Amino acid sequence: MRFAAALPSDSVLADSPAAPLRRWPSGCAGLDAALAGGFAYGRVHEFYAAEAVDAAAAAGFVGAIASGMAPGTAVLWLRSQRAARAAGVIQANGLNELAAAGHGLIGVAPDDMALLRTAADAVRCAALGAVIVEGWGAMRELDLTASRRLALAAAKSGVPLLLLRMEAEPVPSSAQTRWRVGPAPSRALPGNAPGRPCFEIELLRQRSGPFGLGWQVEWDRDRGKFREASSASLGGALSGAVVSVPAGGAVAGAGSTGAQAA
Amino acid sequence: MERWRAQEAPEPRRPDAPLVLVAHHKGALRLAAIDAEALRLGLAPGLPLADARARLPGLAVAELDEAADRHWLARLARGCARWSPRVASLPPDGIVIDIAGVGHLFGGEAGLIAAIEEEMAGRGMTVRLAAATTAAAARALARHATLPVTDERAAIRALPIAALELDDEANLALRRAGLATIGDIASRPAVPFAARFGQSALSALRRLTGDEQAPIKTLAQPARLRFARRFAEPIGHRDAVAACFAELLSEAAATLAERGLGGRRFRLALSRCDGARHRLEVETGLPTRDPALVLRLLDERIASLADPLDPGFGYDAIALTVPVTQPLADAQPQLDGHEQAEARLAELINRLSTRLGPDAICRLVPQDSHIPEQAQLALPAIRCPEPERRSDLWPAPPPGEPPLRPLFLFDPPQPVEVLAEVPDGPPRRFRWRRKLHEVRLYEGPERIAGEWWKRRGGEHPGQGGLTRDYFRVEDVRGRRFWIFRHGLYAERQGPKWFLHGLFA
Repeated sequence: MRFAAALPSDSVLADSPAAPLRRWPSGCAGLDAALAGGFAYGRVHEFYAAEAVDAAAAAGFVGAIASGMAPGTAVLWLRSQRAARAAGVIQANGLNELAAAGHGLIGVAPDDMALLRTAADAVRCAALGAVIVEGWGAMRELDLTASRRLALAAAKSGVPLLLLRMEAEPVPSSAQTRWRVGPAPSRALPGNAPGRPCFEIELLRQRSGPFGLGWQVEWDRDRGKFREASSASLGGALSGAVVSVPAGGAVAGAGSTGAQAA
Repeated sequence: MERWRAQEAPEPRRPDAPLVLVAHHKGALRLAAIDAEALRLGLAPGLPLADARARLPGLAVAELDEAADRHWLARLARGCARWSPRVASLPPDGIVIDIAGVGHLFGGEAGLIAAIEEEMAGRGMTVRLAAATTAAAARALARHATLPVTDERAAIRALPIAALELDDEANLALRRAGLATIGDIASRPAVPFAARFGQSALSALRRLTGDEQAPIKTLAQPARLRFARRFAEPIGHRDAVAACFAELLSEAAATLAERGLGGRRFRLALSRCDGARHRLEVETGLPTRDPALVLRLLDERIASLADPLDPGFGYDAIALTVPVTQPLADAQPQLDGHEQAEARLAELINRLSTRLGPDAICRLVPQDSHIPEQAQLALPAIRCPEPERRSDLWPAPPPGEPPLRPLFLFDPPQPVEVLAEVPDGPPRRFRWRRKLHEVRLYEGPERIAGEWWKRRGGEHPGQGGLTRDYFRVEDVRGRRFWIFRHGLYAERQGPKWFLHGLFA
């Protein structure tokens, strides 16, 4: 008995010239060229955050992409309860300021199995603009079979599934593209203030396409697109005075200009 | 007056102060309703409020709310349906119950009256009860006669002419003619009375004396949506039970279609032959009449039960009720794309909420608060419909600005060790989760004060809660944080620093 016959063949996932795949151009020329036009609709895209402290950058990157791919339609953000505890509460005003997103729905599932089942159901609903699934840790239930099931459901309905994997190492899966996302220093605004969000991304794997490339991109909320940020324009040297602490460890006495460790 | 006491918690006041309700009438605020204490102290309805206050400076005053009073009366009238199906409410303060044929259920008329009195006393209402052969007579007796009424005919004859409810001119004319009670009028010939005061006055009189009977306009009681099946032999096979569900749902769909309603909540009660009862309840976001949709939700509900549904030796009876309904127009055969998408999204939300619970899928709505952790509220998506225009919900951020609010917020904020200049300096270096971060760029401070108006004595300096100074910082690696100092150096000795949120 051939197990592969049990599931429909992967030809559904291949890009046939008769029905070209709809893609969303990210706005960064090098990125779009590598992706043959942009992020594909109806496919699974995986984003890995190397460390837990980079989780916000990965989530922001994915939120920006989702708002670009689904303007004006509902976006469903599914998390496990572990994600809600580790990363914090999603702020709608923060999401709104990052990327003027469409109607947002937040869903919380008790564990990873329920999260994947819910994701499979959500991806089948063609009324959604995009589905973001945020999972923490190495999700054992997301094996090759589960991944293929999600990919087929997405291909049938045309809804892109953006899979956020925090605190996990990349594993083989049926995703169209696999990325590693981290934060990058931003262009300072006048007054030495942090500027627009910048990300450092690496394309780890792409189905039938080039991979192994990296970019630094900046998100422009007003245009709704990314922009390539060359490292020359980003602040290389440290700005701001570095305060020196005496070798003995004791700090200077009280005074309005003295430094004090709090 | 009782409604006011029961529903609106009085503000703290001296407990023995008399309470009055006022309304605007003839150009001045006048007393509309007074309580027993005020009556005893000599006030009367119709007195201007200024006069009343001059007499009793310690008067407690509240506004008369007629709409709420009517609503309360309607609720009471609906509650009276336990005694008789024919109940009518007579605004502003009366209820008429037709007790023909129901006296024997409560131990005679006297027993019924006693039961009603007890029930009303239990609710804290003071009522005047009277029974008579016609509705108008009962009403008049309750309003004007001295209770309890022993001899009905005599009591009716002793009623004052105000019981006829004619206008003031007619009352004056009757008084001038020397007629003070109904008995006086009834003993005079009817034709000149009708000629002078009109046919309507004559019919009012005849209704009081029992010569004419006018039916009361009863409150419509909509038939409950309850569909049940009883089985001669208990059924336990899954297919049979599923077929019964489908049959009940089709019957419910037909009745709902007749009334133009759609159900929002469906409840199934399964009675096992050994007496155990199982209840299944599903809720939908939009009203629906579709049996297939409700069956799918029921499948989800059964799958998510903690204990599997065990029919035991079989079910004796299965009943379906639809407790919550909403108007639903007939479905158009061709839905346009937008409505179809809405319907599909609503079905997805129904299914996920049934499986994971209604609080699992939420919409975030803005709250009017400048405190960051209270800026939004998560409402269950199944109860909160999609907003008409998304632009109404969250204000558009100014163009060209980076995000000023973080994407994630920690609850509670996480303590960090910070190196910063005293008193207002930004953080230069901080340690979070045992990692040291060097700050390269910062913006701030954004000063967010506590909600001093919510605290007792908050208007005094130093008692309004600690002020937070928020800084938007970026470290050398490019990670962006939202850090605040809890309290100014002027407010607190050695304020602590916390990490509240993370930016993208």
